Amino acid sequence: MNMMTEAAVEKALDQKMTAAPYKMIGKDVSVYYGEKRALFDVNLNIRENTVTALIGPSGCGKSTFLRTLNRMNDTIDHCRVTGKITLDTDDIYDPQIDVVELRARVGMVFQKPNPFPKTIWENVAYGPKIHGLARSKADLDVIVEQSLQKAGLFNEVKDRLHEAGTGLSGGQQQRLCIARAIAVSPEVILMDEPCSALDPIATAKVEELIHELRANFTIVIVTHSMQQAARVSQRTAMFHLGHLVEENDTDKMFTNPDDQRTQDYIMGRFG
Amino acid sequence: MSASFLFLLVLLIGFGAYLMARARAIAASQGRSASLHSLPGYHGAYVAIWTILPATLVLIVWSLVGPQMIDREARLSLPTEVLQQGAAPVELAMGQVRAVARGLPLLTDTERAALEAGTLDVRATLATKGVALAGDTQPYMIKSAQKLNALSGTSTIAMTAVVLALSVAGALWSLRSISQRFRARNRVERVILAALVVASSIAILTTVGIVGSMLSEALRFFQSVSPTSFFFGTVWDPRFAAAGSTGSSGQFGLLPLLAGTLYIAFVAMLFAVPVGLFAAIYMSEYASRPVRSIAKPLLEILAGIPTIVYGFFALVTVGPFLRDISAELNGLVTGNYTNFIQAQSVLTAGIVMGIMLIPFVSSLSDDIITQVPRSLRDGSLGLGATRSETIKRVVLPAALPGIVGALLLTASRAVGETMIVVLAAGVAARMQLNPFEPMTTVTVKIVNQLTGDLEFTSPQTLVAFALGITLFTITLCLNIYALYIVRKYREQYE
Ligand SMILES: Nc1ncnc2c1ncn2[C@@H]1O[C@H](COP(=O)(O)OP(=O)(O)O)[C@@H](O)[C@H]1O
Ligand SMILES: [Mg+2]
Repeated sequence: MNMMTEAAVEKALDQKMTAAPYKMIGKDVSVYYGEKRALFDVNLNIRENTVTALIGPSGCGKSTFLRTLNRMNDTIDHCRVTGKITLDTDDIYDPQIDVVELRARVGMVFQKPNPFPKTIWENVAYGPKIHGLARSKADLDVIVEQSLQKAGLFNEVKDRLHEAGTGLSGGQQQRLCIARAIAVSPEVILMDEPCSALDPIATAKVEELIHELRANFTIVIVTHSMQQAARVSQRTAMFHLGHLVEENDTDKMFTNPDDQRTQDYIMGRFG
Repeated sequence: MSASFLFLLVLLIGFGAYLMARARAIAASQGRSASLHSLPGYHGAYVAIWTILPATLVLIVWSLVGPQMIDREARLSLPTEVLQQGAAPVELAMGQVRAVARGLPLLTDTERAALEAGTLDVRATLATKGVALAGDTQPYMIKSAQKLNALSGTSTIAMTAVVLALSVAGALWSLRSISQRFRARNRVERVILAALVVASSIAILTTVGIVGSMLSEALRFFQSVSPTSFFFGTVWDPRFAAAGSTGSSGQFGLLPLLAGTLYIAFVAMLFAVPVGLFAAIYMSEYASRPVRSIAKPLLEILAGIPTIVYGFFALVTVGPFLRDISAELNGLVTGNYTNFIQAQSVLTAGIVMGIMLIPFVSSLSDDIITQVPRSLRDGSLGLGATRSETIKRVVLPAALPGIVGALLLTASRAVGETMIVVLAAGVAARMQLNPFEPMTTVTVKIVNQLTGDLEFTSPQTLVAFALGITLFTITLCLNIYALYIVRKYREQYE
């Protein structure tokens, strides 16, 4: 009687997540590339220990919004961001904020796996070394192993930690990049279409990994696959032409969306 | 009719043939241009090629060979007494004959009559017409000159006739084959291919010829000087002997020159590599677009300055400056105002050559660094690395093989550089390590050995070829290795 089915536990967990407090708050976020405006006053909050999926047709500004969350837009010439984004209580666009520190707290995984042309070990140790998270090589070894464990890659690569990371398969490379991001113990992990370059089996592994990571991290994922959004996320935000159309519980979003445009997109009428 | 005018005429005929062929092809298509195998333009080009190419080839050959044959005929028409006097007098007489032949058409009728009667002062008359003769003419010269003129007249007429006939025949013959299904396109393609092959063979054959002649001259050198004493000799003292004397042959040790070459190249790289590399990093990673668009071309202008300009910059500015400042320094420290840096020195040549090499290092490395994919930079920045950490730990290591290749290419330029070292390094062939003293290089010695009045058979001059081929081998190896590395690097990111 007290024994809930596994599905029920998941469900309860999901509901708890949905009600989780906000980790990041975006208020009136607009982005311009030179003269061109790519985002229009987006108000979107990211809940703690939740997977938030950003969906929408290509070119609608999903990646752009994602990049505002760790200020990767700073690296693009001519790109200007207005509005306010907070992480916990810190305004991340405050001039006092150290971008480098921010990016250590808000990590990022990219569309195409981009391991450095170094060994697997060095790839994972890269972030901790830069931020001085380890005092000795032994410490580093521990961090590398734990990160690879969490990324579900350790067993596959434990015998060749000192071989080139670029020699792994695409899916392994992407999980290596996730391990690399985890290694600096971020609070939020941003993922921009992390599976779009992977085959279905590798995709399944990464999705499973995202599922597990949610316990320790807040995750924002851009995806062009509605099935993926439905599978991995608890909250979903739909963008269209630079506007945030709707943000809702994933279940509700895919069964009974509030906005007609969301419905059209999900039914495959555009995009 | 002159050859160039004739060529123009052939071109004109070719153009006419082109238009005709096009018209014919269009007519053959019967209004449906898709029914033609080739576009009308190809038919035109095909006929134009047949009209122009054979005629032009004949024209070229005739213009080259004809005058020589005529000259020989005229020579044979000289009296036997002259012919028996040997090569030099015959050549002199022929010079006179040619000059008279040039002058004859300028004479007026009365003068010509006087000439026939033998009463004309040919030299004085021609001088008034602007044709200078070296000496007084003999009657036989007039005869030969007339024969010469007659022959060239005939030759020109014949050439004109043959070339025009060939051109028209080519046009008519090729026009006949035009039809709907005629594959003019493929034929034209073949001619283009042939032209390309000819062009590349010219380039390749020239290289082979140059290397071959250098090799054979170098082998001649090694007949009088043993390769061991050349390649391992430590003394360079070619001792110019008086022409003809064979007694003293001097010593031809390569090592002091090679040491100087490598030392100066090394000093140059010491200046060029850090500056060039940092400039490249700034240009590719930090500079904003407006800065880049101005600064990069400016840097590249530096690469366009002729090296002789760097050479006298070294000679009149850098060298004396280093000398004076070393004297001042010495004076301040020891009270003795003598300079310890010579005006011509390894340091002077090295610094100036280094400045010359900066743009090579920077633009080659810039290309390589920009080829490192943006995703790697993003990956590093996304982990919270700073710009410079990203460059130091990700971008440069990734670009390293390519940069090494670029540096090797630059080194090969440094080794082969001539004008700067001729002016700035000095001529003393010495083996020593003090960068403030003059040393000399392989290229300087090549220049030295080949300038002046010298026989081209003595080891003193032939050694230049041995030096040249040595230098060539070094730079070739450097280049091949560098290109190999750079190519491997490119493949890594494709
Ligand atoms: N670096 C850039 N420079 C200029 N315009 C850009 C840049 N990146 C994206 N954009 C523009 O911003 C809009 C949103 O792009 P993006 O965020 O990449 O869309 P999505 O990820 O949803 O496909 C597009 O119209 C795109 O053309
Ligand atoms: Mg995108």
